[in-house]
Amino acid sequence: MKVLRRVIPLLLVVVGLLALVQAIAGRPTGDIATPLRLADRFAADDSTTRLDEWFQGRWRDEQITPAAPAKETTVLRRLSLALHGTVPSLEELRQFEADSGERRLERWTQRLLDDSRYATYFSERLGRALVGSEKGPFLAFRRDRFHAWLSEQLAANRPWDQIVTRLVTARGLPTGEPATNFITIAQIDDEIDEEVLAGRTIRAFLGQRIDCAQCHDHFFDPRWKQAHFEGLAAFYAPARFSPLGVDDNLKAQFEVTDHENGTSRVVEPQVPFGREWLPTEGTPRRRLAKWLTDTRNQRFDRAIVNRVWGQMFGRPFSSPVDDLPDPDDPATRALDLLAEDFRSHRRELKWLIHAIAASPPFRLDSRPHVSNDSQTSELSPEELRRHEEAWAVFPLIRLRPEQVVGAMLQAASIKTIDRHSHLFTRALRFFGEQDFVQDYGDLGDEELSEQTGTIPQALLRMNGQLARDLIKAGAFGATTSIARATQGNDALCLKSCFEVCLGRNPSAREQAVMGGWLADTRGRRREMAVEDIFWTLFNSPEFSWNH
Amino acid sequence: MLTGPSLDRRHWLQQTLTGLGVGFALPALDAVAARQRGPARPTSLITLFLAGGPSQLETWDPHPGQKIGGETTAIKTRLKGLRIASDYPLTAGIINELSVIRSLVSREGDHQRGVYLIKTGYRPDRTLTHPSLGAILAKERWDKTIEIPQHVSLGGGPRPARGGFLGAQYDAYKIYNPGKRLRNIASQIKDKRQLRRLRGLKVVSQTFSLGRLAATRGTQHQLMVDRALAMMNSDQLKAFQIDDESRSTIDLYGDTRFGRGCLVARKLVEAGVRAIEVTLPGWDTHTNNFEGHHQQAATLDPALFALITDLKQHDLLDSTIVLVLGEFGRTPTINPLDGRDHWPQGFSCLIGGGGLAAGRLLGATDPTGRKRKPDQPVEIADLFATVISRMGVEYGKEVITPIGRPMAYCEGTPIPGLL
Repeated sequence: MKVLRRVIPLLLVVVGLLALVQAIAGRPTGDIATPLRLADRFAADDSTTRLDEWFQGRWRDEQITPAAPAKETTVLRRLSLALHGTVPSLEELRQFEADSGERRLERWTQRLLDDSRYATYFSERLGRALVGSEKGPFLAFRRDRFHAWLSEQLAANRPWDQIVTRLVTARGLPTGEPATNFITIAQIDDEIDEEVLAGRTIRAFLGQRIDCAQCHDHFFDPRWKQAHFEGLAAFYAPARFSPLGVDDNLKAQFEVTDHENGTSRVVEPQVPFGREWLPTEGTPRRRLAKWLTDTRNQRFDRAIVNRVWGQMFGRPFSSPVDDLPDPDDPATRALDLLAEDFRSHRRELKWLIHAIAASPPFRLDSRPHVSNDSQTSELSPEELRRHEEAWAVFPLIRLRPEQVVGAMLQAASIKTIDRHSHLFTRALRFFGEQDFVQDYGDLGDEELSEQTGTIPQALLRMNGQLARDLIKAGAFGATTSIARATQGNDALCLKSCFEVCLGRNPSAREQAVMGGWLADTRGRRREMAVEDIFWTLFNSPEFSWNH
Repeated sequence: MLTGPSLDRRHWLQQTLTGLGVGFALPALDAVAARQRGPARPTSLITLFLAGGPSQLETWDPHPGQKIGGETTAIKTRLKGLRIASDYPLTAGIINELSVIRSLVSREGDHQRGVYLIKTGYRPDRTLTHPSLGAILAKERWDKTIEIPQHVSLGGGPRPARGGFLGAQYDAYKIYNPGKRLRNIASQIKDKRQLRRLRGLKVVSQTFSLGRLAATRGTQHQLMVDRALAMMNSDQLKAFQIDDESRSTIDLYGDTRFGRGCLVARKLVEAGVRAIEVTLPGWDTHTNNFEGHHQQAATLDPALFALITDLKQHDLLDSTIVLVLGEFGRTPTINPLDGRDHWPQGFSCLIGGGGLAAGRLLGATDPTGRKRKPDQPVEIADLFATVISRMGVEYGKEVITPIGRPMAYCEGTPIPGLL
């Protein structure tokens, strides 16, 4: 037995090393023939042409030359971060490089969408807008159920209007019908708070903030009146939490108490616009769902387009994500174009992701164009702002804590880590719920608002337990594997570290400085050099910012 | 165990890092803030946050002998005419340094919303996050000579203070277990390797910033790495440690997480940190209210007493505002489980130091509990206006939020009796 216990780890190391040597050497493993399906359909129609033309027109009008196209491996990194919350593995990079077929990025977008990591990760992101992120054991349990359900909907590519209808109208026990958690999470002191639901409905499904109108007519936005807010909240008045779960007490009315004089009045359900498409029949929640998802309700599609755009870029097309101008506003015409096409493609989220991933801005470099006659090779901050506002350059956006954890875990592993990897679930649960996300700072519902770096983040990357454990040489770590597998080939060693962490090759200067750390090293000294390289790359802005 | 770096090492590091072009410079060691005393010293704020909602009736506003008073008895204090719950004999001896407000009103009876209001002075607004009081002060009264964070939250607890729309750099720096080893501070490798890594980082960062200089600067990534390095190598880190304090000092505060937090708070103030919150959770006594509060007092009483005494002994009380409060009070009615429920009307707080008036007693609640509204009600925003203006900041100052909406730091007005 003792012998076995010693031999098994050794065997694992050997097997791991073999896979690794293969990966590093650049021979792709696994099947790269990805079925086209949606990608085919996507390429077959010309719906993106209008969007291309719109951006070209805007850049022409504003006299901006857009950035050069980004390298395809960089675009793959963006896709992987947006859809899986991690960077591509070395294994995937090798497969991608070996793929010389047509429409490579479209097929890989499809491949990422078909991976179970998409449903898991993206449902967490979308879920923030639907059920918030407030902690607490009871809420956490409900949220888990909810995310599992939403994840199934995303995996099945269920149309967005169907998902929303189910959320707004769900009945039953939160355990049996997880969609009801959209309602129950708005429970305050045993009562379901209609105003919380109204606010969330308007922000998440219509991309508007009418919350200010909860207490008074909107100060800055004359479009919204207090009556609008109350009228929408009234649709949720029948919703209650009974022993049989969420159901409707159709006799219930929405009563509001005046803040000033304390008197009560009853408010009837009413919508702030589009009265003609509000059905007269059905329960209030059903009527609301029909009205929200009516194909004439442009706000419904614009809201989700802007939100998914935000997840893909880290910055919504129009900020803040849930305070959009009216439809057909010229500055957000791109949202209308995408929204129209989204509608004509059954409101499938995977289609929308395809469309945004193929949009001109998503494929641009994060280095802005600088004209040839310019004195310097850099744009001024003001000029950069202009380029960014016109989406003529890919923005630098701080990665979410989960993305940083995901990227670190992936970089330290070589092989693709997915849900089937034991380590991934374990490590993510352990680190994700523990210190890292907390210390890094979780933005909660505001995750699409932009932030600069912070000192705790820098400390966490530099000295934190997770980073330290991941880069420390050990039997299974990438550092040891790379150090050993590349003995005698320092250039390959450095290249592998860079590819694993940053998905690119080292520059000449990086080669000169860091390559020197490896020269004439063996054993522990070589491992230490590789550890130092990993530390350096983990701490670079390139690693923790989307570019 | 982490100890501050020696002067030699500090000097060496500074030389080497500057030579590397790593853009970080250590501020002057004997920072002015740490030495100054008296009114000339910039003011700091220590908030003792009693999370869960402490009962006013079992702390600073007892009504013994009344139906609502329950079994709680009261004791005399150093302040003539003021009686507080008898669980606070130590506090009774120093309460004359502070003022008591017995008429705080909030409009939020839910923990999450209540904490938000108490920490920001605003009711929750789903369209933006307001900055906490500490964040406002850290931003407005930033001290360049401080190498450690200027807004600190000690002892964990729910919803630590945030920078809100002022930005994540003003979030409170969180220490869950004060006085214990700091997390993520020690590099745990030899200086020589650390320098090699930093040299590498500089090269890799340069590669990245090439062609995207403005954007890279905008991320503040390098600035934060530099600040983290300055912090890692700072003598001021000692303020987070209590191992140089005598056993008797530690015992005076009570060797609890909260007690150690209060001691660290005093040391941070001494180092010049602007705003510190120390959280004591456990006040949500829906059942067994009296036993629960009795236990809480065993932690709060010595810690509060020691903090005030210690600040005075270090001649820091005149430049340190101390605020003691929770998100709301508890109902005058005692429920069938011998508990008290949430009560955002007429609850109490202590406030003092930092040049504020001492020994004042503001507001009163109805001893019968029939009248909901207290006499001379004080809004949280008024409390904020008092603290902000005492710290030399215009409390009504408007800042433009990221969504382009102008927003005053505070919508209250200072409490006349306290300034």
